[in-house]
Amino acid sequence: MSDLLLPPELRYAKMIEQRQNEDGSELAILNLGPTHPATHGIFQNILLMDGERILDGEGTVGYIHRAFEKIAENRPFYQITPLTDRMNYCSSPINNMGWWMTLEKALDIEVPKRVQYLRVIIMELARIADHIICNSVLGVDTGALTGFLYVFQYREKIYEIYEEICGARLTTNMGRIGGFERDWSPAAFKKINDFLEEFPAIWTEFENLLSRNRIFMDRTINVGPISAEKAMSYGFTGPNLRAAGIDYDVRVMKPYSSYEDFEFDVPVGQSGDTYDRFCVRNAEVWESLKIIKQALEKLPEGPFHANVPDYYLPPKEDVYNNMEALIYHFKIVMGEVPVPKTEVYHAVEGGNGELGFYLITDGSRTPYRLHFRRPCFIYYQAFNDMVKGQMLSDAIATLSSLNVIAGELDA
Amino acid sequence: MDTAIIIEKGIFIVVIFAITMLFAMYETLAERKIAAWFQDRIGPDRAGKGGILQPLADGLKLFSKEEFFPNTPNRFLFIAGPAISMSTALITSAVIPWGDTLHIFGRDVVLQATDIDIAMLYIFGVLSVGVYGIMIGGWASNNKFSLMGAMRASSQMISYEVAMGLAIIALVMMTGSLSLRDIAAGQHGMSWNVFYQPVGFLIFLVCSFAETNRTPFDLAECEAELIGGYHTEYSSMKMGFYLFAEYASMFISSTILAVLYFGAYNFPGMDWVTENWGANATTWIGVLVLFGKICFFIFFYMWVRWTIPRFRYDQLMKLGWKMLIPLAIANIVITALAILWSDGKLF
Repeated sequence: MSDLLLPPELRYAKMIEQRQNEDGSELAILNLGPTHPATHGIFQNILLMDGERILDGEGTVGYIHRAFEKIAENRPFYQITPLTDRMNYCSSPINNMGWWMTLEKALDIEVPKRVQYLRVIIMELARIADHIICNSVLGVDTGALTGFLYVFQYREKIYEIYEEICGARLTTNMGRIGGFERDWSPAAFKKINDFLEEFPAIWTEFENLLSRNRIFMDRTINVGPISAEKAMSYGFTGPNLRAAGIDYDVRVMKPYSSYEDFEFDVPVGQSGDTYDRFCVRNAEVWESLKIIKQALEKLPEGPFHANVPDYYLPPKEDVYNNMEALIYHFKIVMGEVPVPKTEVYHAVEGGNGELGFYLITDGSRTPYRLHFRRPCFIYYQAFNDMVKGQMLSDAIATLSSLNVIAGELDA
Repeated sequence: MDTAIIIEKGIFIVVIFAITMLFAMYETLAERKIAAWFQDRIGPDRAGKGGILQPLADGLKLFSKEEFFPNTPNRFLFIAGPAISMSTALITSAVIPWGDTLHIFGRDVVLQATDIDIAMLYIFGVLSVGVYGIMIGGWASNNKFSLMGAMRASSQMISYEVAMGLAIIALVMMTGSLSLRDIAAGQHGMSWNVFYQPVGFLIFLVCSFAETNRTPFDLAECEAELIGGYHTEYSSMKMGFYLFAEYASMFISSTILAVLYFGAYNFPGMDWVTENWGANATTWIGVLVLFGKICFFIFFYMWVRWTIPRFRYDQLMKLGWKMLIPLAIANIVITALAILWSDGKLF
């Protein structure tokens, strides 16, 4: 039997036995995870170490696998959003909106301009929240806790905006087929404006704290690099691919939800190392702020949902007083809505990269097959390749800057 | 007479011991409060007014936690580790001159537990023993992360002790004594050593950070990589001892910094105070001044900790061996030339 088929711990044990160091030292196996502070979730890395240096590694996934794709096959379409919440829980609204857009594509629903703009605003806010976490946690993993706790209050402010819009903070379950469950309140807009006013100063301060810090630069430059070709062949997308120098952004390449209406740049890095990933995310936060500002300026008046009574729940008073509305309500809640037999793929630029939904329907009340293209799952495959030959501390920083989120990794 | 000295020293040692413990206790609170201040938070404020009783609450919590022993063959060493750390952190204070001579009850009381003429060597010796506490604890934990932390700590301390020693040599050449009392007395008024040995001070400062395992040199316990480093497997008061030892040694190393380079109990205008208010007043103010300087250095330690990230292991070694040691050697040569020149023996 080939050694590659053995479980890593046995394979490494063999290697340790075979290798005789001249000074009598031995290699060691180190279990980085499943519960280790640096894994930010639950996944295991079995590393073969020579002192502090990593010779080889193998990742194990599946510690919080919840079979979302299978569960989705047994749920009416509108009940699948809570599943998407729990994938990349740092930017749930993007997942929610991506799912609604996929569904609207399958059902061929035209969404009003106002809804599209509102979606852009909430998705960009979610991207900021995601990048805040990723970059500040990279600081924590290199030993600087202050930046993390300092900017974290602004993630809380973003969560307050979510709360104002949908009532939830982490697992938002936001939106409905064709729009939002209710129009955004003036309080929500006020909170967004306050955020836009206060946040740039804080983010500048955070950048000053780390991005030109000598120790931070030493810790991240040339750490966990990946070349553009390799990143492409692994299927990288999002900030991690852009850090390697390829300007692929779903928002630009295949605009959805009126992204073509907005002016923004796509920041790219050069070497694909941890520092570039950090800088690309930093720059993307500024671009997101730009997009939100433009969307707020151009925000048209109009309905907050598409006129699709077959899929969009009627107002409650109509349900009590109006027979037609009652029937629609009943049919939607029971999941008995007409769905054509179709096959669609829709991708959004998630906080982490291209978040794709591949949906096949067979005309029944549930999806025939639903596949989530989860960027974290793809990044994690490359992780061991990226840290080979580096120090243990580099592995931590690399893992952190790839922003591998266990919920999205395992689905 | 002999009994009087024993009683006097006994009381003094108890007082110094109590002050060290008190400082170590309240440093934990200060650290959390300062961190909170830096991070725009409130910090602990539930135990007592403004969190003043927090250290007591922490101590009580640590005492009442379960004593956990990992599956290790070295149970004795596992217990010995924190004990060594704690005791070495505390005994350094014996040679520190806390103040000048005090005239009370018709006696001259020297505010120092003992004035040995090789005080500097004593401090270095104790510091070197201190690493055994971490090393033994990490080894006996029977855990790879602990072992890695212990290895990092010991190699770091050994490397930085060299640079620290070389920085001190320049100072000793200048003052001509290894006794801390002489070094302190030599910095009368405002002629602090830091003005004559700025490079030496910087090297010593960096090395102090390394010796006390504080950020950016806290590789031994960096929570992101090694979970807790050498104290991963420790719980209850044994863990408390390690943490306590860290804070106690931070206090001691701040004291050493203040005594060696920042003029110990000397302050500008002390001659005027002696003339007008008497020698005792100078001594009392000097003690307060010394504690003020100590507090400043403790704050500096915390300031740095909550501002910058930590080094990587190889970068740490590079800084120690390739930058600090050559710099310290150059400092010695320059100091030697300067001494020769001022004595008129050069040119």
